[in-house]
Parts: sequence; structure tokens; C-alpha cells
Amino acid sequence: MLELAFSGSKKYWAWVIFLLILIGCGVLAYMYQFNQGLGVTGMSRDVTWGFYIAQFTFLVGVAASAVMVVLPYYVHHYKSFGKITILGEFLAIGAVIMCMLFIFVDMGQPLRIVNVFLYPSPNSPMFWDSVSLGGYLVLNVIISRYTLDSEKKGIAPPKWLKPVVILSIPWAVSIHTVTAFLYQGLAARPFWLSAVMAPRFLATAFSAGPALLILLCLLLRKMTKFDVGSEPIQKLAIITTYAMLLNIFFLLMEIFTGLYSGIPDHARHFQFLYFGLDGNYRLVPWMWLSTAFAIISLILLLIPKYRKNEKLLSIAAITVFLSIWIDKGLGMVVTGFIPSPLGYVPDYWPTWVEATISVSIYAVGLLIVTVLYKVALSVRRMLKTT
Amino acid sequence: MSINRRKFLAIAGGTLALGVAGKQTLKVFAEAEARKSEGFACKRWAMVVDLKKCHETEGCTKCIEACHSTHNVPHFNNKKDEIKWIWKEKFEHAFIEQENEYIPSDIKNKPALLLCNHCENPPCVNVCPTQATWKRKDGIVMMDWHRCIGCRYCMAACPYSSRSFNWREPRPHIKQLNPDFPTRTRGVVEKCTFCDERLAKGLKPACVEACPNKAMVFGDLEDPNSEIRTMLGTNFSMRRKPELGTQPEIYYII
Repeated sequence: MLELAFSGSKKYWAWVIFLLILIGCGVLAYMYQFNQGLGVTGMSRDVTWGFYIAQFTFLVGVAASAVMVVLPYYVHHYKSFGKITILGEFLAIGAVIMCMLFIFVDMGQPLRIVNVFLYPSPNSPMFWDSVSLGGYLVLNVIISRYTLDSEKKGIAPPKWLKPVVILSIPWAVSIHTVTAFLYQGLAARPFWLSAVMAPRFLATAFSAGPALLILLCLLLRKMTKFDVGSEPIQKLAIITTYAMLLNIFFLLMEIFTGLYSGIPDHARHFQFLYFGLDGNYRLVPWMWLSTAFAIISLILLLIPKYRKNEKLLSIAAITVFLSIWIDKGLGMVVTGFIPSPLGYVPDYWPTWVEATISVSIYAVGLLIVTVLYKVALSVRRMLKTT
Repeated sequence: MSINRRKFLAIAGGTLALGVAGKQTLKVFAEAEARKSEGFACKRWAMVVDLKKCHETEGCTKCIEACHSTHNVPHFNNKKDEIKWIWKEKFEHAFIEQENEYIPSDIKNKPALLLCNHCENPPCVNVCPTQATWKRKDGIVMMDWHRCIGCRYCMAACPYSSRSFNWREPRPHIKQLNPDFPTRTRGVVEKCTFCDERLAKGLKPACVEACPNKAMVFGDLEDPNSEIRTMLGTNFSMRRKPELGTQPEIYYII
């Protein structure tokens, strides 16, 4: 079926070539990093995880969000999602592969990465995270492959597929829960040591993911003749609204507990994030920008008149996505290290190498999603014409 | 005898795996035997740092130099790439949240020696996804620099900042190479190992030996007659971040 991706318009090929150029730049930047060591990143002895791990964490959420279209369609038989479940699953495939690449480029000894499977360590959440991510990728590849194949042949999907789909639902929840466990089980990092981290990860996933899907649907309508209709988009908007409200609720719980208890170990991290600490204001403007985006998005989402206007809805989706990207992709990981366990306030900002490699990994994801969407849309167009 | 290709491969693979495992086991036994005969027969290593004695010589860095030169620890001139196994830190950083305005200035302003705590419940060992760091029976938290994938999860998990990462190629930054100890490659984590290589020969850790004031006492906590037990039994001692339940094996006499 993949051969369908090899015939397309000029616009399609221009986009593919643009992505390939970005990927090429990333490969060069990675070769430089591989040669020099991770010293070429902004990370340091005190801030040992940075932009890569943050992008990984954010994208696990995007991957998990496929469940928000799969669950209503397969469990609640919400028919109008029929057209977009495949889009959700393909998005998940692209996101999981980006996650794996972000982990890979963060390793000090990438060639030894098989050691994770040669010496399986059930103590380590990282072991479980690689198991659950790998499993989730396999599940989504199987599900999307067979549903699209049956759609093409005009037959019902094979019977054994239904249990696999049902399995993928808790599995999606598990990938983001285990990712939260990477952080929230560390006594050394009070900022992450919060029981609400996993629930909040899910809330951010289920708002940023569907928001991205709304944008992709609107974009597909504009760029191709494929129209999912307004009903599923409105449904996605409602899912985004609830999840975003939960996310903000959980965030306020974190801030209240951290600041009202006043325990310095907890409070100082929030101080660094929102007000700056010991002269380090690195993330302050970003966090307030994230807050502003969250407020704008909630106004647009909560008032039905605005939500139903697709122009305003697209602004809402963009602000949800950016608000959460700043929160998870810039703030959450680094702030666990600032201040350090010894009370220092180190600085961190990604270098051009990190930026280039990260952009190119996003380009890989976009390329995968582009190619897979192209295949899905071509199949549907063929069905329409015959 | 009929044997198909698949069966042959399975048997060959299994034999190979058993062979490797068997060889490993033999090696471990041989090492343990060697340790018993020439080294200390010990149960639980620990260290006491007497800060008063340490402060007797101001600005002394003999223990740090001894450790870092023995273990080929590279020297970088910036905080970002820095690698350290043992170092000095002001009281307010070493014993964070335990300082107050009125503690005597000679404690407040003078540094404490920090190194890996060789915790009884080491969080770094828990999180390592490849068992490249583990807890030995004698209490030492060890590192395998050949297995480490450089994910730095152990560094995120350590509440004492005891671990360093080779952000850059370390070898050009080693002042004087000690041929008896391995160097590391870039991309792996390293830290104090309580001088396991010296203990195996019956020697004390390099830092303990180098201290002119005998401010560091190293010994077996399981032995009630050891010097370390006597010191702990007769002085009030502190440990870093005891509330986390890691049970550090480095004790400080203030």
C-alpha cells in the first residue's frame, strides 16, 4: 500500500523534499554530536536532561492521545469518528517514532542501547517505558494496517482485530503513566515528586493531542479534498476542552501544594518557573506565555459560540498545543534540576546542535505522518471513484 | 540422527549462552576467592569524615588530588563539563535545609567533603536500565563503564549530586595518566567507587591515606570493635538528607 505515497502533486513533493532537507541537516548535526560527545548540548553536570528528553515526554502524550478517537469509535460506537480513527493512529505512529529518536539522540553511548534489552531491569521505569512504547508502536502499526487494508478491499476488518484495538486503549494510558513514573518516583527531585504528575500528563496528552488532530483535519480540508465534516471536529473540541480544564485544575493543585506548604524544596522550583530564582529568569517569560495561551484557549473553547466557529477553534487548538508544549517541552524537565539538590541555580538553554537535531526529528515525524496520511487519503479517493 | 537447521541453531545458541554464563560465574567466584585471600574480608564499608580535623589545614586538597590522580579523573576548567569524585562544598550546600543563621562561623564558612554516599538503598541503582550500576555485598555502589549507555537516569535519581557524566572526551584532560587504572570514554557516568581496586589489595581508599590530619576514617560497620564504630559510638554524627531513606554510609562529625 505504501506505493501510494510515491505519486503526488508538485506541492506534495515540495513538502516532502523540504522535510528531507531538514532531516539531512539533523543528520549532519547528529554526526557532529556523535563525534564530540553530548558536551555540544546545553546540558551540564547539574542539568543532566534537557530539550531532548522534554520533547520525548511531550510526544509520548501526542502518541497516547490516539486513544481519544479510538475509544469513542470502538467502545462507544461513535460513528462520526470513523473517518478520523486512522488519522489518530497514524499520528500515534509518527509520534512514537519521534519519541524513540529523541531518546536515542540523548544517549551518551547510543551504540550500546541494546543493553536495555540484554540486561532487562524491571526495577527501572526506563525499562518499562521502552517496553510499553515499543508495544504501542507495534499495536498501532497492526491496527492501522489491517483496518486500512480491509477498507481498501471493501470487507469488514478481521475479527481478531477488535481485541487488539481494545488492548491498545489501556496501553495508550500506560505509555504516559510509565513516562510519568520516570519522574515522579525520584526522591531526589521534589519538583517531580508528585502523585498528580501521571494524571496531569494524561490531561495534557488528551488536550494537546486532539488539538493537533483538529488542526490536521482543518489542514487536510484546505490542502486536499478530504473533509472529515464538522461533527467529529466539534467532538474533538469538546474532548480538548474537558482535558484542558483538567490539566489547568491539576496544575493549580501542584502550585497550591508547592507554594502554600512553603517547603523550600518544593516552592523554590515554582519560584524559578514563574518568578525567577537567584537572578535566573530563563523560563519566566515562557511560563507566563504558556499561562496566557491557556487562558485564551479556555475562553475560546468554553464559550460554545466561539468553539463552533472553526476559525476561532483553530486559534484555540493552536493555543492549547503551544501552552502545553511550553509547559512540558520547555519547563517540566529542566525545572526538576533547577535548583539542584545542593541548592545551586544552574542555567540551561538548548544549543544550536540540540535545536537542529530536534527540528529534524520533528521533520521525521511530519514525514511519516505525511506519507501515511497520503496513503490513507489515496485509498479513500480510490474507493470514492470506483 | 536427524537435526534440522533451526534445532541446530537453538542448541548452538543455548550452549553458547550457557558457556558465557558459566564463564562469568567462574570469574565472579575467582574474584571473590582472590579478595578473601589478599584483601579485607568485610561486610559493610563506611566512612566517617571528621570536619573539625579536616578544617585544621585550611585550603587542603590532598584527598581530592590523590583520588583524582589515582582514578584518572579528567580536569575540565568549567562547571558544565566538570567531573569530580570527591570535592568540597560549603555547609549550606552540603547540608542543605539544615543550616541556620547562628551556627558557628567556622562550621558555616568552612567546606565539607562530599563523595558518593554508597547508600544502603541507592536510588541510582534502582533506576539504572542496564544494571550498569549495582550494590555490592560489601556495600559499595559500583559502576560498569563498559555497560553504561549514558542515559544519565542515575544522575537524576541521586539526591547528592555525586555522579558525573563524560560530556566530552575525557582522556586529553587527564593531567597525569595512571596506567594502573582504566580511563573512561565519553558518554558514560562515573563516580567514587570507595577505591574497590585498592580494597582488593588490602589498601585503604586513596583519599583516606592522603589526608594529613586523619580526618577520614574508613572501616567495617559490622565489626563492633572497628575504629569507625568507636568513633560513631562516641561522637554525634550527621548524614546528608537522612529523611529520604537512602541510608548514606558517609557519616560526618561536625
